[in-house]
Amino acid sequence: MSATGWPLVLPIITPLLAASLAFGLRRWPLLQRSVSILGMAAMLLFTVQLLGLVADHGPQAVAVSTWTAPFGIVLVADLFSALLVVVAAFTGLVVALYAGAEVGRGRESHGFHPFLLILLAGAAGAFLTGDIFNLYVWFEILLMATFGLLVLGGEKVQIDGGVKYMALNMVATILLLTAIGLLYGMTGTLNMADLHIKVAEVDDPAMLTVIAVMFLLAFAIKAGLFPLFAWLPASYHTPPMVVSALFAALLTKIGVYSMIRVFTLIFTHDMAITHGALGILAVLTMVAGVLGAAAQTDMRRVLTFTVVSQIGFMLIGLALMTRMGLVGTVFYMLQDILVKVGLFLAGGIAVRYAANESAYGRLGGLWMNKLWLAVVFLIPAMALVGLPPVSGFWGKLALVRGALEAEAWILTGVALAASFVTLYVVGRLFVTVFWKPAPALTEAEAQARAAYAPTRGDMALMVPAVTAVAVVILGLGIFAEPVLALVDQAAQQLLDPTAYITAVLGPDAVPPAPTLIGGVR
Amino acid sequence: MDFVLPVLIGVLVACSIYLMLSRNLVRVVLGLSLLSNAVNLIIFTSGRLTRAIPPLVAEGGTLPPEGYANPLPQALVLTAIVIGFGLLAFALVLTYRAYQELGTVDTTAMRHAEPQFDEPYDDLSEARAMRHAAERGNV
Amino acid sequence: MDSLILRVATRILAALMLMFSVFVLLRGHNDPGGGFIGGLVAATGIALSSLADGPEMVRRVLRIEPRLMAMIGVVAAVGAGLLSVFGGDVFLTGQWGYVLGVKVGSPLLFDIGVYLVVVGAVMAMLLALEEEED
Repeated sequence: MSATGWPLVLPIITPLLAASLAFGLRRWPLLQRSVSILGMAAMLLFTVQLLGLVADHGPQAVAVSTWTAPFGIVLVADLFSALLVVVAAFTGLVVALYAGAEVGRGRESHGFHPFLLILLAGAAGAFLTGDIFNLYVWFEILLMATFGLLVLGGEKVQIDGGVKYMALNMVATILLLTAIGLLYGMTGTLNMADLHIKVAEVDDPAMLTVIAVMFLLAFAIKAGLFPLFAWLPASYHTPPMVVSALFAALLTKIGVYSMIRVFTLIFTHDMAITHGALGILAVLTMVAGVLGAAAQTDMRRVLTFTVVSQIGFMLIGLALMTRMGLVGTVFYMLQDILVKVGLFLAGGIAVRYAANESAYGRLGGLWMNKLWLAVVFLIPAMALVGLPPVSGFWGKLALVRGALEAEAWILTGVALAASFVTLYVVGRLFVTVFWKPAPALTEAEAQARAAYAPTRGDMALMVPAVTAVAVVILGLGIFAEPVLALVDQAAQQLLDPTAYITAVLGPDAVPPAPTLIGGVR
Repeated sequence: MDFVLPVLIGVLVACSIYLMLSRNLVRVVLGLSLLSNAVNLIIFTSGRLTRAIPPLVAEGGTLPPEGYANPLPQALVLTAIVIGFGLLAFALVLTYRAYQELGTVDTTAMRHAEPQFDEPYDDLSEARAMRHAAERGNV
Repeated sequence: MDSLILRVATRILAALMLMFSVFVLLRGHNDPGGGFIGGLVAATGIALSSLADGPEMVRRVLRIEPRLMAMIGVVAAVGAGLLSVFGGDVFLTGQWGYVLGVKVGSPLLFDIGVYLVVVGAVMAMLLALEEEED
């Protein structure tokens, strides 16, 4: 346990303070934007420092306001959460940079940047907290910020999407709260490390499984799992592309993160039911997501459905609960955050050239005069399918290998089939946006499009943002080795939470290895 | 009380689910608020229903006296009420805005974000383009 | 709403409630009370006067945009946590000292932050709804 724990606290309070400052500066858009970008940069710096600390010295924990665990709230960073906050902060930085060219004065003065920063603070809090009730609180902070971002601007489609997003997400948070309440009633603790110990002592495992399934349901709504993802394709395509990018990258991943945390640390008592259900949900989510994407003929909505199918892939490793599977899951999750930002932001530039129209019939012809855009779009698109040499390949390789090692034939087969359909979806998308000739335009339409295309000033923000993401995705693919080594350690820490528990409760608290009922370990 | 509270929770949950199954958005929001109250009661009962003394430390002491009530569930319920209050306020404002903008509170009639296939499809993009162009002063 | 009785009563009630809210805020140090409940009492008082005299009047009297007030509250609360830097303690650990002979601590600043967040957030929501009606 580090002495005062500032490395764990700073990634959360930096964006929070920057949000307040950005709100105070809302009348000066340029200053506000700078605060937002600088805040994100500082957050990225702190998270990288935290990652270094965790990589060198193992999981870190701090008892906030010196109320010792398991009674007070702890912040914990193991490698998994440290890696995630780094990627989240990078995403925030890219989005803050790009936002200056996209969201417009109106939205910026109505609090776009404060919401963005609060969302990042909520994400960091959710990744770093070691207290399950505190996790709920961070979820709510996050949810408030997303409500704001989603309906900011108040277009009809946004309100419509916002209604569905609000209703289903509120059901999810209430379910989560119920599950937390019942779990507290059974175990008498909220500290996740302590829960790991107390859950083994519970004498009513059937009731525990019921609670586990309630957690599963709540996080399944948050993560957009089949059949609970209806809110996602109903709302993600309605706000400006940069907001969609942020949501697609981070929100569902926080649901997946919580699922992984809870089902590796707390509920491992009856894996035949819980992890078996996760496997079935993974299969159905992959299938439903790619078929939805294949059926759509609007770029925004196609991209939205790919968010759903990718969640299915991430769950494979968790369902298997093997080291190789979890390596695949963690790596896939990390790179998918980047892939989603890259795809949505590059797509955002593409629709700007089409006066923000995203129906397939209205797009085309960008290959000839916007070759660089085709490249920065193609790199995340390839990662989405899982083609070498970009990052998605390694994630999928580890997942499929993990599934084969565990002899999970259905999971393997569906993952590969879903990847093929993804290839079709991405191929069609790429052909439509870039290779197909541009649609015939009337004089007025052509003028509107010219007026709408990104200006030189917009480009100065958009190009670095999108290029940075593409470069990182490519870099992760080519120089995957060191990252995979870290991810392997992270997977080990997930499978054997001894280090996590020692960091939180001290070395005396670690229980003997639990006996697993029906596990696939 | 051991009998009354669970029954009350059951009734609240049943009512809220009945309300949420409605197509009327106002009823859905009311159902959500009812459900969050039911959950608060669940947390309250998870701290055990006992007749106990307040968990206050006497002057000069370091521990509260024996047989004190568990204060944690009440802190949790308070937090949950606060958060639920904030969410409910947002939900009500959003419902009101939806009624103003979309002219209906019937959720099946809200098809702006997901138009049916026989409706003109680029409706979404066009409205957005107009709006954005107006914002940038190009119209 | 134009009602003579409400307007006259509000003048006394709102002032009493604001005073009471400060009392509750300070009482939270050792007894039930604190920033959140105090903030709600204050917000109720201000909401009452916005019913009696209209939202413009409230905005004029508040002087400060309610959402900004909430954000200042966030800064105050986080800042109270940051004070623990000076004691070399963990984030949010209470720091104590004497100001003009009175023992005060960072939890008070935290509570004031919560108070401002509650008043600001509740007033922002209520005023937005009330102004919508006009």
